[in-house]
Amino acid sequence: MSAKRHKLTVAVSKGRIFDECLPLLSKLKAAPVAHPDDSRRLVLATEDADLRLLIVRAADVPTYVQYGAADLGVAGKDVLLEHGGEGLYEPLDLRIARCTMALAVLGGTGLPEGRLRVATKYVRCTRRYFAARGRQVETIKLYGSMELAPSVGLADAIVDLVDTGDTLRANGLEIVESMYDISSRLVVNKAAMKMKHERVNDVLRRCTHALQVEARE
Amino acid sequence: MNTNRWMLPDGIAELLPPEAAAVERMRRQILDLYASWGYELVEPPLVEYLESLLTGMGRELDIQTFKLVDQHNGRSMGVRADITPQVARIDAHRLNRDVPTRLCYIGPVLHARGDEFGGNRNPLQVGAELYGHTGIESDLESIELLLATLSAAGLQEIYLDLGHVGIFHGLAAYAGLTEPETSELFAMLQRKSSTEIDEYVAALSIAPEHRELLSQLIFLHGPRAVLQDAKRRFAGTSGTVLAALDYLSEVGDTVAKRYPQLTVHYDLAEFRAYDYQTGLVFAAYREGFGQEIARGGRYDDLGEVFGVARAATGFSTDLMLLAEVGQRQRPERIYAAHEGGPELDAAVLTLREQGRCVVRELPGQRGGAAEMDCDFLLVRQDGQWQIVPR
Repeated sequence: MSAKRHKLTVAVSKGRIFDECLPLLSKLKAAPVAHPDDSRRLVLATEDADLRLLIVRAADVPTYVQYGAADLGVAGKDVLLEHGGEGLYEPLDLRIARCTMALAVLGGTGLPEGRLRVATKYVRCTRRYFAARGRQVETIKLYGSMELAPSVGLADAIVDLVDTGDTLRANGLEIVESMYDISSRLVVNKAAMKMKHERVNDVLRRCTHALQVEARE
Repeated sequence: MNTNRWMLPDGIAELLPPEAAAVERMRRQILDLYASWGYELVEPPLVEYLESLLTGMGRELDIQTFKLVDQHNGRSMGVRADITPQVARIDAHRLNRDVPTRLCYIGPVLHARGDEFGGNRNPLQVGAELYGHTGIESDLESIELLLATLSAAGLQEIYLDLGHVGIFHGLAAYAGLTEPETSELFAMLQRKSSTEIDEYVAALSIAPEHRELLSQLIFLHGPRAVLQDAKRRFAGTSGTVLAALDYLSEVGDTVAKRYPQLTVHYDLAEFRAYDYQTGLVFAAYREGFGQEIARGGRYDDLGEVFGVARAATGFSTDLMLLAEVGQRQRPERIYAAHEGGPELDAAVLTLREQGRCVVRELPGQRGGAAEMDCDFLLVRQDGQWQIVPR
């Protein structure tokens, strides 16, 4: 057995997930030395000399981890549902960046009968969700401003992440079904889980502990 | 003009020099190794009728199999996505021996979806299977031959991951899970997704302490201590579970003793492969490479659909992957001039007979030894043709 201390690489996305990860990273004594908003660097060193962060797009986190370019990653459940999350371990719910993936329509109209047209960034999730309910839908892939689609007649409904619901209301939409509860998960590369077991398990244990303490407070 | 004419399909690669030669050298070394262990080579066909390719194999292999229609009779054929079931068919149906049978194979397979082996849809699968013996010795032989294979490929710093399907199946039966519930949970465990597993288990109509057992399974991985931990937790559950744990520790201990430099890791919620595994499962990883490099395990009775149920254990890997990850030695290339008379011809012939690589210059050609990627020159010194560094 080798006693050497393995280096860990963690893939995280900028923005809300990163910001909400910061308290946890501090508890792990691995606070980043710079904030990605202040730095153009995509590899961030942390207080822990053996732990570095990769700043990647949220949707790319599972890919980095799956191929072993990063040992660990923080990915939203929405991304994992859409990506498929195969070839990864998903051992911990970090309970950060929480929101809901919901189906919304124009206020007062309800879900129309028959074949639905749904505009979304989450095409696979949407198909799977409706397939499980035996309903045929047509998905329209959009990259942003989904809320616009129903009011201009592009779609009957949208599937999107909803946090406060302000954007929906501002565009005259209302939630008809909450599909999935979303939060960020710690994902682990399968090979890293085995080869860097001690290190990875240590991070998992400390995260779990920090989350338990937080839940009690 | 269509500039995409020479593009290959996604996940399909062709091997050029020097990779092709490296793969071929590795192929020879590995097949010689298997022959020296008494494994007989078989060459199953690239395509078969779907019935024989997929019967009893589960959905995953079906999805991975390219389908086509036989123009002669309209029957559906598939391009193999895994050679192991073919070899099991050969053992059960064609050879039909009642002594232990050791078979090995190498050949390309095609994956309809390229999500394994780093996106390569056309791996060169190589493996060895041992039929007709139940017990620890044949599983150990499989692991040892796998380690020898990796060593022949020049791979060092190997991690061996061990698991046993019997632990999960024993627990599921003990907790009283139905068959669909068992297979659904089985799939979830592969992702170690604690949140989903907890939710799923909480919704099952089983005793609370059984729920606890099932949701704890994904945390049981790590060095040998996890086996003790598991024995404590699973004490008083079914005999299948405890027998599987004992089996696992005996295999692990023996391997660790015989290969002290190997790191052995246990994972009680790892089952991998197409769902035909029935007992011990194992996989190899290499330091610095983020994906599994080989896998194997016990799969008794796979040949039953072809008439004979036989105990079976074995492993397989992708030679392309080994060549990519492993050490690649290139043979030395010697450059010989065109003009040199019969003495040079004789010297070249002698070297070639010794298995050395000699590249002969052609009259009026462009480039010399350097451009022809040669390391040595054959030059006349002291009245003899001798090899000197370029």
